[in-house]
Amino acid sequence: MGLLTPDPGLLFWMVVVFGIVFFLLAKFGFPVIIKMVDDRKAYIDNSLKAAREANAQLANVKAEGEKILAQAREEQAKILKSATETRDRIIREAQEKARLEGDRLMDEMKKQIETEKESAIRDIRRQVALLSVGVAEKVIRTKLADDKEQTELISRLVDEMVESSK
Amino acid sequence: MKKVRYIWTLVLLMVFTSGFASAGASHEDGEVDVNELVFGHINDAYSWHIVSIGDAHITIPLPVIVKSSTGWHVFSSEKLEEGEYEGLYISEGGAYDGKIVERNAAGEEVRPLDISITKNVLALMINSAILVWIVLGCARWYKKHPVENGAPKGGVGMIESVVLMVYNDVIKACIGPDYQRYAPYLLTAFFFILVNNLMGLIPFFPGGANVTGNIAITLVLALVTFFFTNAFATKEYWKEVFWPEVPVWLKAPIPMMPVIEFFGLFTKPFALMIRLFANIMAGHAAILSLLAIIFITVKIGPLINGTMTFVSVAFGVFMTALEVLVAFIQAYVFTMLSAVFIGLSRVKEEKKE
Repeated sequence: MGLLTPDPGLLFWMVVVFGIVFFLLAKFGFPVIIKMVDDRKAYIDNSLKAAREANAQLANVKAEGEKILAQAREEQAKILKSATETRDRIIREAQEKARLEGDRLMDEMKKQIETEKESAIRDIRRQVALLSVGVAEKVIRTKLADDKEQTELISRLVDEMVESSK
Repeated sequence: MKKVRYIWTLVLLMVFTSGFASAGASHEDGEVDVNELVFGHINDAYSWHIVSIGDAHITIPLPVIVKSSTGWHVFSSEKLEEGEYEGLYISEGGAYDGKIVERNAAGEEVRPLDISITKNVLALMINSAILVWIVLGCARWYKKHPVENGAPKGGVGMIESVVLMVYNDVIKACIGPDYQRYAPYLLTAFFFILVNNLMGLIPFFPGGANVTGNIAITLVLALVTFFFTNAFATKEYWKEVFWPEVPVWLKAPIPMMPVIEFFGLFTKPFALMIRLFANIMAGHAAILSLLAIIFITVKIGPLINGTMTFVSVAFGVFMTALEVLVAFIQAYVFTMLSAVFIGLSRVKEEKKE
């Protein structure tokens, strides 16, 4: 049997064995491996893409955060400023009001004092007039002997008047 | 230091195994029959001879399955060692040397239908089982590990990188579009040849059989490539075969070019078959011949024998290392050429200006 003559028995077994091996590997072997490698490639690509997107988002978030922070600072400054203004205004207004109120009270007081003074003066005048009228009445009515008696009488009358006016 | 020790172990191993191998081929008078030694290994056998120590032969008997003129015979190859069994015997010399034959009515030797599990068939089965185990083992790894866990490491990673090398650099590059249809066959062919080549280089059971160095094996592989090349060929491909673009007189009355192209269809797979067979067979023969030098020079004297032993072992190591390389290269070349042939059969009509 020469080297170059294929042996039919071996040929037969080779066809059978290679057929089985081919079937097994082509169905359950290589496609699985290649599919998994492709899947892994797709997964890596996706992961890279996702990472890139996440990075971009992160940068966005950072910028946004800074923006918000700046805004907040601005707002804070504004609020503080307006608060100071309000405070100053309130104080000023209060002072003004207090001053006005004081002035008003003072005026009223003065007016009252004036009126009271006037009424007191009026009262005194009336009393004096009444007293004078009474004294004159008494003087006219009584005959006066001497100066001493006159004086006594006048003082007595005045006392009476004072007592009666009480 | 460690490396040196490895090399010495290898050398000793080779000396011993070759010693055992030669013992089987030595005759009573001490002569070494190199021809028998080398071809006894390269050719197929009905039993698997492992070692002979003195007169004790350690062989694995294999089943003989034969359909002769008297019907089916299934028995162990041990029965044939004593001579004829059930009218069958192993022929010596003649057209059917080393094969099981029977005598017909005229007394001539004829071969019955013989599908025995010979050494090569058993080695083929073992190697195929190893191949299936490796690849399906890898595939199982992928089923157990989801994509998110990342790429495999170690053995699975190694197989994966080889698969990808063949897939991307050979199959995708040589075939072009529609490469997916051919990928399973080409990958199977590559790993089948690679595993069988490498197993053939292991000098003891279950390796050491000359499987891919047997023409029946390479014939089947080449036929499958032939099938895949022509079964899905494009119209343009057939047009180029039977009506190529050459001056009309080259194809009109006498179809010279078509005939040449038509034969080209068969020479391509034929070249594949011969290349693989011849490379592997020659590799086995070269290693064995180099080691046989040791036993040929025994008669000349201890000095020359010692020197030649050293030379032979050194060359043996070199050849074995070379054969490891060849094992890979031949698998690669077979796959690549198959891919190229398939790629040629996928030609699309070029747009004419």
